[in-house]
Amino acid sequence: MRKLLLSSIIVIVTLIYLGRLSYLQLIDNTGSPLDDTAIKQVYDYPERGYIYDRNGKLLVANQPSYDVMVIPRDVKPLDTLEFCELLNITREDFIKKYEKARIYSPRLPSVFVPQLSKEEYAALQEKMRKYDGFYIQKRSLRYYQTKHGANILGYIQEVSDYDLKRNPGYRPGELIGRQGVEEYYEDILRGRKGVKFIQKDRFNRDIGSYKNGLYDTLPVPGKDIELTIDNELQTYGEELMIHKRGGIIAIEPKTGEILSLVTAPNYDPSLLVGRKRSKNYTKLYYDSIANPLYDRGLLAMYPPGSPFKTLTGLIGLQENVITPESRVTCYHGYSYGNRFMRCHCASGTVNDLRRGIARSCNAYFASTYRKIIEKYPTSAEGLTAWEKHLRSFGLGDFLGYDLPIGKAGNIPDSDYYDKAYGKRRWYATTNISNAIGQGEILTTPIQLANVTAIIANRGYFFTPHILRKIDNKPIKDKKFTKPKYTTVDRKHFEPVAQGMFEAYNTGTARGIRVEGINIGGKTGTAENFTKVDGKRVQLTDHSIFVAFAPVEDPKIAIAVFVENGYWGSRYAAPIAALMIEKYLKGEVTRKDLEKRMLEASLEEEYAKPYSGKPFRINE
Amino acid sequence: MNNSFVRKIDWLTVILYFLLVFIGWVNIYSSSITDNTGASVFDFSQFYGKQLTFIGLSTIFIVLILAIDAKFYQRFSGIIYLISIASLAGIFIFGKTIAGQTAWYDFGFFSIQPGEFAKTATALALAEYLSDSQTNIKYRKYQLKAFLIIGAPIFFILLQPDPGSAMVFLAFIFVMYREGLPSTYLWAGLGLIILFVSTLIFGALWVCVAVFLFITLYYLWRKRKKKMVSVLPLITLLIITAIVSSSVRFTFDNVFKQHHRDRINLWLKLEHDPNRLSEIRRSIGYNTYQSESAISSGGFSGKGFLQGTRTKGGFVPEQHTDYIFSTVGEEWGFVGSTIVILLFIFLLLRLLFLSERQKSKFSRVYGYSVAAILFFHFTINIGMVIGLLPTVGIPLPFFSYGGSGLWAFTLLLFVFIKLDANQINEWEDLHEFHH
Repeated sequence: MRKLLLSSIIVIVTLIYLGRLSYLQLIDNTGSPLDDTAIKQVYDYPERGYIYDRNGKLLVANQPSYDVMVIPRDVKPLDTLEFCELLNITREDFIKKYEKARIYSPRLPSVFVPQLSKEEYAALQEKMRKYDGFYIQKRSLRYYQTKHGANILGYIQEVSDYDLKRNPGYRPGELIGRQGVEEYYEDILRGRKGVKFIQKDRFNRDIGSYKNGLYDTLPVPGKDIELTIDNELQTYGEELMIHKRGGIIAIEPKTGEILSLVTAPNYDPSLLVGRKRSKNYTKLYYDSIANPLYDRGLLAMYPPGSPFKTLTGLIGLQENVITPESRVTCYHGYSYGNRFMRCHCASGTVNDLRRGIARSCNAYFASTYRKIIEKYPTSAEGLTAWEKHLRSFGLGDFLGYDLPIGKAGNIPDSDYYDKAYGKRRWYATTNISNAIGQGEILTTPIQLANVTAIIANRGYFFTPHILRKIDNKPIKDKKFTKPKYTTVDRKHFEPVAQGMFEAYNTGTARGIRVEGINIGGKTGTAENFTKVDGKRVQLTDHSIFVAFAPVEDPKIAIAVFVENGYWGSRYAAPIAALMIEKYLKGEVTRKDLEKRMLEASLEEEYAKPYSGKPFRINE
Repeated sequence: MNNSFVRKIDWLTVILYFLLVFIGWVNIYSSSITDNTGASVFDFSQFYGKQLTFIGLSTIFIVLILAIDAKFYQRFSGIIYLISIASLAGIFIFGKTIAGQTAWYDFGFFSIQPGEFAKTATALALAEYLSDSQTNIKYRKYQLKAFLIIGAPIFFILLQPDPGSAMVFLAFIFVMYREGLPSTYLWAGLGLIILFVSTLIFGALWVCVAVFLFITLYYLWRKRKKKMVSVLPLITLLIITAIVSSSVRFTFDNVFKQHHRDRINLWLKLEHDPNRLSEIRRSIGYNTYQSESAISSGGFSGKGFLQGTRTKGGFVPEQHTDYIFSTVGEEWGFVGSTIVILLFIFLLLRLLFLSERQKSKFSRVYGYSVAAILFFHFTINIGMVIGLLPTVGIPLPFFSYGGSGLWAFTLLLFVFIKLDANQINEWEDLHEFHH
């Protein structure tokens, strides 16, 4: 026993130590040499890609910006008065900023004053040598060559804590795209940062490249992108929408390319660059009345109103319940059961499909809708057939375009009415307002523009998109280059297109005629409500117009929404006509219309609900 | 030295020694080299260059040690011991103070730490005393003398103050136990450690309550078995426990130095004040943390020779001396550290095996002492580096940078190799004589 004690202890200690080593080296070990605290990663940031419009006009470039950095440990006593004057800060600022940097880390660089202007930089540059521990770091900021399309372009911003948590590829202080194409095409625009691994010692000093740069990578520059946007058209659209709220969406039907995506009010994208970004953003963000950050073209859901009648007609034709020649007599409205839907046709007017569209006859489409639903043994089956057709037009769901925001809109299905009224307890007459785009139906302006593009194409569409080329190579994404067919046959579209052409020639939109351009259009109004002191209050109707042109070979499909603009041909239709002429001819001949639209202001209308006084609408 | 003597040397031990010294030097090279581009290993301004000189000188020492007659070590053990004690005492007059410790004689090019050599001297003196036919370690009188032999160097080394090195002398308890020291001492020692640690963790009151319950249960259990049990020793034990336990806190707070307290607090996770804790972590805990991370980052097969990023970056303080094992861990991984540990264990077990084989009691006690001292160094050092034991600054034998240490360990080991080689010689002589 005495002989064995020490040997036994030795063996036990050995086992304990080997156990500890296996824990440390085999279990607790993270493995990657790049997690090592002794290795510093130095990043080399590539330039962010430029953004061009469809005609090759440069919209967004980069500009250098200069941050004053500080390494507190290296700072030697300095003439703070002079330094503060150079940087345009107060002595208190200086002390506060310095303390903040020192608390973060005495050894690591912190941003002392971010994003100097070129003038500030020029003044500071030569004197910088005098201030030990301070240096200037160059960064790249966006440089906007346009004052328009901020909602499309988006902006860039320092990554948030949330981004860092969600995406480990970013590091604090790096920039990330927000909204618009900057966000959606972040990966393409951003490129890939290069990284150098530097071996450091315990004082955080560099002592050379790690493994002679075995793991180092070169930066990959961001790619330039070309948008489908026509900057001239976009600019014109934004000008037309000054002092109005709403949106203009123009699409090239043959490709699905979005020619313009106007939301009003808008803002100058340069407001969100550099040192003033944060202040300006806050201002825009808190403007909850005009809501300039809200992209109405993509997010606003309205009942589509009369333009929806074209769809009712198309479904009626496809379901064989009407033919283009089917006639309906309008008695200044449409009675169903003991109720009545008013119409502005004179009593006794007889309309066929074309004239029904041209005159926007409620009776015609209410009757068509009723025929569609009642064709089936139950209303539920009828509504399902109707709903299925509408979905093939891209309604009731996200369109799938390449911008980060959107709304699905709403197309009610039979379940919805089953729940609301009980199974088999509802009929076509229960929801007959669906016929004329009211009731439960909601669409976004871009959905409506897409429907117009479908009619222009006579039956198919390309998913609307904003990206045209990457590094001068056309996009190949099947999602955007493969046509999608609706459930309505091609032959049924021609009468509807002709009906819209007639609306332009002799119907509700005749006031916007443009010499030499055949436009197919459809006016609309949408009732809308707001809350004033908690009470539901009706406001002046939204003015809506959808159109495509030329009718015989469509090159543009457009949807215009003007909030509280009253009837369709009052604001939306003239604006659409001007946009079409501008796009097709390159210049505008209807100067009268142009002048009227540019000068028109609805600010008074928008102020009404906030006036605190009773007000009248639709005047 | 003739051929037969060369054959009698235990070459296995010699090979293990050189292997450890070589591996040690490779790691010192790695942890002290400043750039990888074609620096000469003979750069004597660098630690690795100096260590190479120390190793060269060791080889000369080895030849000298082996050349001296084996009888010399036994015969002159008393004088060697006295000289050693004198050199320990003289340090306070002629010595040099480095980092608060007066432990060195400075000879310009190199320094000598007499404390390191005192281990050999004490081992020789103890071996001589225990092998004396008069001595019977079972009796208190002789125990006291033996403790005096061990106590003298401990006293001077504690004065330096170098409690880590002093602690190593406790290794002799195991040697004495092997030679017949009653096991009470070991139990008492173990009991004291447990009492100390548990009092710090749980407080004196709970420890006394626990010991009281334990003793009562023991008493009742003996009674049920109808065995005679004397109450007096049990009560004495309880009283001693109470006294010791209640004085632990006082000793800890008043006798121990703050940095000792910090180390133990960190080890036992006793410090709860977050400010104080982070301060300890940054000072004393920093070494342990860096050393653990370095070892951990080595993984299974290590980062490779000269590829240890933490070693290169100098993250582990004192890496070429006390924390040399962390270089092994980082650059050679689990495989390398296991091999080093196994080499040490193999050497220790080989020494114990050789000691038991000795015919003379002097050689046996000495050999046992060598094994026990090396084992203490090994356990305390590696335990500290891998974060199992509190920080105690003592070197890893044959591995850590330092001439004094290397020479002292070489001396300690090779005196035994000489004794071992000679013992067979004696036996053969005897054999021839009978014929």
